[in-house]
Amino acid sequence: MPMNPTCRSRRFPHLGGLGLVFGVLILMMLPLGSMADEIDAALIDLSDRSFEVKQAAVDVIAAGGDPRAGTLLEALLGGNLYARESDRRPVLVAPSPGGYRLTDALDGSDLGEVERGAVKKITINNRMRNQLRTAIAALTLASPDPEIRLKAAQQMLGDANPIVVEAIRDQLGREDDQRVRDYLDLSLALASLRDEAPAARLAAVNALSGSLYPAARNALTKLLSDEPDPEVRAAAERSLAAIEQKLKLNAAAETLFFGLSLGSVLVLAAIGLAITFGVMGVINMAHGELIMIGAYTTYLVQQAMPGFLDYSLFVAIPAAFVVAGLLGVLIERSVIRFLYGRPLETLLATFGISLILQQLVRTTISAQNVAVQNPSWMSGALQINPALALTYNRLYILIFALMVFVALLLILKRTALGLQVRAVAQNRAMARSMGVRSARVDALTFGLGAGVAGVAGVALSQLTNVGPNMGQAYIIDSFMVVVFGGVGNLWGTLVAGLTLGVANKLMEPWAGAVLAKILVLVFIILFIQKRPRGLFPQRGRAADG
Amino acid sequence: MGVASVMRGDRGGQAMLAVLLVVAVVVPILNLMVPESSPWHVSTYTVTLLGKYLTYALLAVAVDLVWGYLGILSLGHAAFFGLGGYAMGMYLMRQIGDRGVYGHPVLPDFMVFLNWSELPWFWQGFDLFWFAALMAILVPGTLAFIFGYLAFRSRVTGVYLSIMTQALTYALMLAFFRNEMGFGGNNGLTDFKDILGFDLKSDATRIGLFLASAGALALGYLACRWIVTSRLGRVAVAIRDAEARTRFIGYRVDRVKLAIFTFSAMLAGVAGALYVPQVGIINPGEFSPLNSIELVIWVAIGGRATLYGAVIGAILVNYGKTYFTGAFPEAWLFALGALFVIVTLFLPKGIAGLVGMIRTWRRSRSPAESAAEAAP
Repeated sequence: MPMNPTCRSRRFPHLGGLGLVFGVLILMMLPLGSMADEIDAALIDLSDRSFEVKQAAVDVIAAGGDPRAGTLLEALLGGNLYARESDRRPVLVAPSPGGYRLTDALDGSDLGEVERGAVKKITINNRMRNQLRTAIAALTLASPDPEIRLKAAQQMLGDANPIVVEAIRDQLGREDDQRVRDYLDLSLALASLRDEAPAARLAAVNALSGSLYPAARNALTKLLSDEPDPEVRAAAERSLAAIEQKLKLNAAAETLFFGLSLGSVLVLAAIGLAITFGVMGVINMAHGELIMIGAYTTYLVQQAMPGFLDYSLFVAIPAAFVVAGLLGVLIERSVIRFLYGRPLETLLATFGISLILQQLVRTTISAQNVAVQNPSWMSGALQINPALALTYNRLYILIFALMVFVALLLILKRTALGLQVRAVAQNRAMARSMGVRSARVDALTFGLGAGVAGVAGVALSQLTNVGPNMGQAYIIDSFMVVVFGGVGNLWGTLVAGLTLGVANKLMEPWAGAVLAKILVLVFIILFIQKRPRGLFPQRGRAADG
Repeated sequence: MGVASVMRGDRGGQAMLAVLLVVAVVVPILNLMVPESSPWHVSTYTVTLLGKYLTYALLAVAVDLVWGYLGILSLGHAAFFGLGGYAMGMYLMRQIGDRGVYGHPVLPDFMVFLNWSELPWFWQGFDLFWFAALMAILVPGTLAFIFGYLAFRSRVTGVYLSIMTQALTYALMLAFFRNEMGFGGNNGLTDFKDILGFDLKSDATRIGLFLASAGALALGYLACRWIVTSRLGRVAVAIRDAEARTRFIGYRVDRVKLAIFTFSAMLAGVAGALYVPQVGIINPGEFSPLNSIELVIWVAIGGRATLYGAVIGAILVNYGKTYFTGAFPEAWLFALGALFVIVTLFLPKGIAGLVGMIRTWRRSRSPAESAAEAAP
């Protein structure tokens, strides 16, 4: 916009300001009838040759508070408002065979057909465009819909036009939506920044201290460049410093959130592995492919219930658990049970399985990525404050990862199966002689780990591309997390995953995404040299294995 | 120690070297002397393919040395192979000179494209063949030495070591994908013109590279045999079978491991350096963890701790790969995956062990029980 509101109000204080305030006051005192007359006169004035007269007319129409005035002003702003030559009445036109069909701009009544020469377009200039936007905003500010009010409040941010300021004060008195209130308060403070009196400016500057709205920061920066009063200047500098401080804090919080989000993805991907690798000692290289199977299950569930996208995930989670879990039991019974005690051979065999699973998906579904949709409640963001928004999908996945973690922890610590799993992991021979059916426990444990991988796949399908290769992207990271955290320790996996996620995101701003990842890998390689058994090593006899 | 003493008792190795010698004599003759119309003619394409298999075989021998005789399952040997390949690729890049698309006298095309004004320091010297050849051995060797020094000293073993080597090659892959690294990023190094002044596209150069690969394989094989028949090799086997006991007897386990691991990495570097001029490209995909795992299966299929089994496995699997990806591209990963599973479940000693298994099965046909499962 070439014009800015500051110039307008300073250069035309009488026209745009005082005169109109009087006008409004007088109008308010006049009986309704004469107010309607006033508006009628203003409607005629709209097609005046002078832009200043037009502006005054717009103000009168806007102040009338007639809800239909909004449509008229919008039409004027859009260049769709015409004046009838005969009586200068503003009209809306639609092309018709004989020329134009006219409708009354205010009440929408049909005014018949005229030839093209009978109407004339009402022109506006840039200054009027600003004024119109403000006026429309003031009208919409009274809307019963809080979303519309919010938009209006954002639109008129910092407008010093007395009509607008008055409208904002009015609205503040009855506004009950906090977001709108915040914007209105901000708007008033911004408007006072341009006040003639230094005291008012000082108050405004102090009110803006620490405000996170970009407009506040911009206005203060601008104020500093042309503020004559030293006291206000000093206050503005303090306020700006407070703003910068708060912005930094929020940026740090955002980085932390991204880091935790990445960490939760790592935890989800790794936690199934923490069971198969950590508890059973099986190197399952097909783990990534079990995640992929979970993601494809989500895709198939969504295909099967196209009308219920919002509920599809709630079906997909148990479905993925069952599909991946059964697949895991199958893998354990057919291959892995012959390879216990030979971890390197398990690694190779399960890698073969991972190749087969990938190719199976490529052949039966598609070699291309498939489109998994996000339910509506996963999109959007939780707006903590103007500078910090947490996207719902990441937030839910973070919570989901913690839920999965707690569930697994409970299963391992509080159920009979968990007790047997731990017994077999610690001493297979002793567990067997106590009556634990170790073969069954092995199959169930592996199935549990695989099922959790499938559930992780459901969550990951909401964040990344789902394709036959997606599992490979996670397998190395997952092993890193488990090894870093300490094998056989679920807590270690949680801490390691979140730490690595946050570390990655902390380094990203100065190192770039790829280099950050490389640095994390190098860090883990070096860390394992120092602590070969991870952050939380297993102690006791089980550790000797 | 002479060749004879090193090869004593290694019947499979003797046969393998004999076949290699015959192939190295016959293939060039059939390619250069026999007219193309004859059914006996071996096309240059086939020669190059064979040369590629031979470099893979050398790589597999290097893996078998550390896995079969030292018990270290390295999932990162493709990294050493790739580094050797990049060293050779840099030499070949510099040989292009001003014949590149942009015609810059010194800078390779991708650097001109990235608006670099001068050659980075680590590209200096690669216009000399001897320097590049030395680097193809020294760079993988140094990396292996540093990695091994840290890992073996702190006794990272078994699965942990495997996963760490995998992380190593993964990190290298990510690094080489970056344009800023100065190795051509995603596209890698390619469009080579000539090597030591010989045109890379000519039949004679191809034959020369094939013979060099065969020679390198033979020499590498003999060197590995020499190691495994030496005292060092016997200590290595002892470490493989009972690391703690070997340490308590008084051997410096970490030094033995470090020496053999570093040598193996150098061998892999040589294989990579011979591989690149034959296939004409090197890119970061060579570092992908999949490659490293795949080459472990070559060794497993051939039979670990035999060395010649690694050669057989590498050539067979790669022949199968060439055939399948041409004939049934869909089926290749199924076949490879099934190979992984079947070999680990039913052929723990690989093809080389098959002969022995059949022999013992025949000899003890009456008490047939558990002969097939004799190998834990």
